[in-house]
Amino acid sequence: MSKKILPLVLGAAMGVAATTAAGATTLEDVKAKGFIQCGVSQGLPGFSNPDAQGNWTGLDVDLCRAMAAAVFGDASAVKFTPLSAKERFTALQSGEVDVLSRNTTWTMSRDTQLGLNFAGVNYYDGQGFMVRKDLGVTSALELSGASVCTNTGTTTELNVADYFRSNNMPYEIVAFEKADEVVAAYDAGRCDVYTTDASGLYAQRLKLTNPGDHMVLSEIISKEPLGPVVRQGDDEWFNIAKWTLNAMLNAEELGVTSANVDEMKASDNPSVKRLLGAEGAFGEAIGLSNDWAYNIVKNVGNYEESFNANVGPDTPLGISRGVNALWNKGGFMYAPPVR
Amino acid sequence: MSVMEQDSAGAPARASLMNDPKVRSIFYQLVLVVAVVALGYFIVSNTITNLERQNIASGWGFLENTAGFGTNQSLVEYSETSSYGRALYVGFLNTLLVAAVGIFFATLLGFIIGIARLSNNWVINRLAYCYVELVRNIPLLLQIFFWYFAVLRAIPGKREKWSIFDTFHLNIGGMRLPKPIWEPGSEWVGYALIIGIIASYFVSRWARKRQENTGQQFPVFWSAMGLIVGIPIITYFVTGMPMTLEHPNFVESGPILRQGFELNVGINVIPEFLALTAALSIYTASFIAEIVRAGIQAVSHGQTEAAHALGLRNGPTLRLVIIPQAMRVIIPPLTSQYLNLTKNSSLAVAIAYPDLVSMGGTVLNQTGQAIEIIGIWMAVYLSLSLITSAFMNWYNQRMALVER
Amino acid sequence: MSSTNLFHIRTEEAPHMAAPISTTGIIGWMRQNLFSSISNTVLTIIGILLAYWLIAPLVQFALIDAVWTGQNRDACLPQDGGHSGACWAYVKAYFPQFIYGRYPSEEVWRVNIVYALFLLLLVPLAIPSAPFKRLNAILFLIVFPIIAYYLLTGLVIGDWVVLPIVETAVWGGLLVTLVIAVTGIVASLPLGIALALGRRSKMPIIRTISIVFIEFWRGVPLITVLFMSSVMLPLFLPEGVTFDKLLRVLIGVTLFSAAYMAEVVRGGLQAIPKGQYEGAMALGLRFWPMMYLIVLPQALKLVIPGIVNTFIGLFKDTTLVLIVGMFDLLGQIQSSFTDPTWSTPSQGHTGYLFAAMVFWCFCFGMSRYSIFMENKLHTGHKR
Repeated sequence: MSKKILPLVLGAAMGVAATTAAGATTLEDVKAKGFIQCGVSQGLPGFSNPDAQGNWTGLDVDLCRAMAAAVFGDASAVKFTPLSAKERFTALQSGEVDVLSRNTTWTMSRDTQLGLNFAGVNYYDGQGFMVRKDLGVTSALELSGASVCTNTGTTTELNVADYFRSNNMPYEIVAFEKADEVVAAYDAGRCDVYTTDASGLYAQRLKLTNPGDHMVLSEIISKEPLGPVVRQGDDEWFNIAKWTLNAMLNAEELGVTSANVDEMKASDNPSVKRLLGAEGAFGEAIGLSNDWAYNIVKNVGNYEESFNANVGPDTPLGISRGVNALWNKGGFMYAPPVR
Repeated sequence: MSVMEQDSAGAPARASLMNDPKVRSIFYQLVLVVAVVALGYFIVSNTITNLERQNIASGWGFLENTAGFGTNQSLVEYSETSSYGRALYVGFLNTLLVAAVGIFFATLLGFIIGIARLSNNWVINRLAYCYVELVRNIPLLLQIFFWYFAVLRAIPGKREKWSIFDTFHLNIGGMRLPKPIWEPGSEWVGYALIIGIIASYFVSRWARKRQENTGQQFPVFWSAMGLIVGIPIITYFVTGMPMTLEHPNFVESGPILRQGFELNVGINVIPEFLALTAALSIYTASFIAEIVRAGIQAVSHGQTEAAHALGLRNGPTLRLVIIPQAMRVIIPPLTSQYLNLTKNSSLAVAIAYPDLVSMGGTVLNQTGQAIEIIGIWMAVYLSLSLITSAFMNWYNQRMALVER
Repeated sequence: MSSTNLFHIRTEEAPHMAAPISTTGIIGWMRQNLFSSISNTVLTIIGILLAYWLIAPLVQFALIDAVWTGQNRDACLPQDGGHSGACWAYVKAYFPQFIYGRYPSEEVWRVNIVYALFLLLLVPLAIPSAPFKRLNAILFLIVFPIIAYYLLTGLVIGDWVVLPIVETAVWGGLLVTLVIAVTGIVASLPLGIALALGRRSKMPIIRTISIVFIEFWRGVPLITVLFMSSVMLPLFLPEGVTFDKLLRVLIGVTLFSAAYMAEVVRGGLQAIPKGQYEGAMALGLRFWPMMYLIVLPQALKLVIPGIVNTFIGLFKDTTLVLIVGMFDLLGQIQSSFTDPTWSTPSQGHTGYLFAAMVFWCFCFGMSRYSIFMENKLHTGHKR
């Protein structure tokens, strides 16, 4: 009987050997294995969602692809690990993923107590409420006595508690593990209200039986800056994550798109030249080649392209730029300059 | 795991001492102890280094912090300002509740189905057979989803209700019952209940003695029921009815959102609880039914024939002859089914029932204290298991003593 | 004169009279089994009503109202507010994903070979009268896992890519369900035997450790074990060593089912009469030869039904891996619900119904086999 154990031990040994060997920095590890392991959600349309063929798309997915483009010049050198809300931080802490790009809200406790660093904000979100139109509710302040469906283990659960408590409104919370279960329960009429990040409400509304019967209330009750997360203590990798996002934003600001990036390389604008590596050695300073940002824009696009392709007005989600527009167009998106 | 293999691998090393079984056994055990300690040391030291490297603060201090999240069912006082420790306690009580109610219904249903499996009536027999084969071959998680999501769509919405006697109401928000409000003086009813239970214990002892001595039977069941139910009821009326019922309030006018049952009036049994209890009871009942059938079949047919020959009818034969003997066969596997049900209640995490795993998961997410939370989970379930099996072993021994 | 024969002897049997119509055929059977008394009649009627009340809506949903073909959700949307039936077109569209997960479609043949080999080796092993049992067992338990491992994960020798590597992250559906269940049971068998022997050992420390191990894993729910293996196992290992996610789940499942397996095997060991041990010892056999040659072959044969039942339990429990973010059959079905292309009110019910049918077929088949083996093995040891 003990012979049976042999192939399994063999298999186990192979499984361990195939994963990363202990290395000094994340960048070295990533370069050694040839791809970036990226933690994403288990399926949130517009942010990270697999299609029927298993290809991942979304705003968060594009950020990982952009990092792969920056490191390898190849946006496909990335593998995705779907993570539940519960697993996401330990997966990053333990080194199972190199970067977590999973609509994760930047909060002080997460930034300081979990050994993690937030590399920026790729989507400014806020928590909203969705209700049935026939309830006749126009403001969230009329929701006293409502039962509220939401996801467990997220900041939304805490925000909704704060909101109802501070407005002295009784409520009943029904918190589910997975977004799909929340939608199913809300659709069945278990709850009067569905609350999550506003972007999520638009995404999940598509899954309801009659999306037209539901409306998203105008109130936004929280700040939800969503962004990529890396491990604390590896500043080089932290910089790469931070500046990948900044490069996408700067590219949009400077009008560099995946279509015109080759022409723009010859541009006279010194900002563009610095961004695309025609001038200075900014890429080398973060451990990459100087055409890192060129690769990002060429392979993935700038922030605007990514936004419009995944969540923008022409997608089923139909979210307008709003606060996610660039700072000079009325939004919050402001990337430090490359210089 | 590899530890167990070592005692075969290490054997031929010392030929001279090998022939002494005592030395050999001490050697094996030493190897095992060293291996276990080494493994333990390896795990603990790695964990400590990993935690330090990742700047994760470990310890139990987080239990005191404010939880900040609400819940839809708590048996004790709980609000968003309570601590994480309190939240875990609420989850623990919810686990106990669903396990206790689930065990009750699973036993009831399981015995009915198990006896139906042996019925002479072909339709009943086949139905019970189909029930068992259908239910126990489908994963429990799937059944929980079915009860929660499929059945949820079939019951009336928030602004409607099904009512029985205008006292029990059911809609998608849950089952509403009147809530007893105890007023001063009602503690006497509680005392009366305790007195009733103690009195019926002595009555049953006296009755057994009398039957053993004289052969005369005494209606123990009915007199005990009379004592346990009757004394508190008399006390209730004597003390001037110190209890009122708070009926659920069904609002039918005003804004649509406010219509339906008012929050926090009467008792609300949440649908998550109903679905989980239904799934757990129905699933476990299919296993209990098989255990009961096997137990009854294990009692030799001669017992039935002898009882019939003594003039006992079918009912008393089953109750007085077959079941007591079958119980000895039934109890050990029944215990493990109870334990399974308790452990399976952790699947509550899939629907929004706030049990220990679900509440713990939320705390884990807010605080990131994975090791502590998983430690609490394991410790709680392990103690529940050990307590239940200790109790059932004790009970089993008592039952076994009947055999002379 | 002629003597009249006054007595009559029948030389042939009288023709059999048909039994009264009320005791034979369907009517008699019904009288006996359904309507023998008033209470029985009432029970029968209640039973029939109950069956109708349960089965009719199911047939209505799964067959009568069902939609069999279509390209997207429009086919399955309820017509003018009526109830909609099962959307089998959606299951058809997603069928490959339910079976293979997101395994690259050009590599799916590798999974098919593994499925085929598995069946080819398992079926003769399961039939008691099939020949070459020993060779078959060696092939199934040693050669097959190695082949399956390389077929599924890929094989690269140096720079020569024999089979492209396929990440376990893209595995899913029935493939993951089967991999977890089969690996779990095969790997837990030797461990379970060792633990069962340890629990019956006379050496106190070995016995204590075995008991603690067994009772620990049997005392905790699988879901916490899975959380532990997916969240805590990385913390237990030195820095930089990480396991594949599937492997971590496999370790958790194996340890968990080993404890149950140990109890099953222990039952078998206890059923072996003491004379067998004494006989073996009298022949001068030492512990391991005694176990290997005398006791285990008998005990393991006895516990085949128990092993199959443990396997059924494990097979059903694999659904829990969806909670830790793996895509087993149920997880894959749930994840397909997020696809807006097929989002309809009946999508969830259809998906769950499909999952229930698949699981039921597997589990029911195995439980039949277990009963068959039980009856077959019962003869030898019946008192």
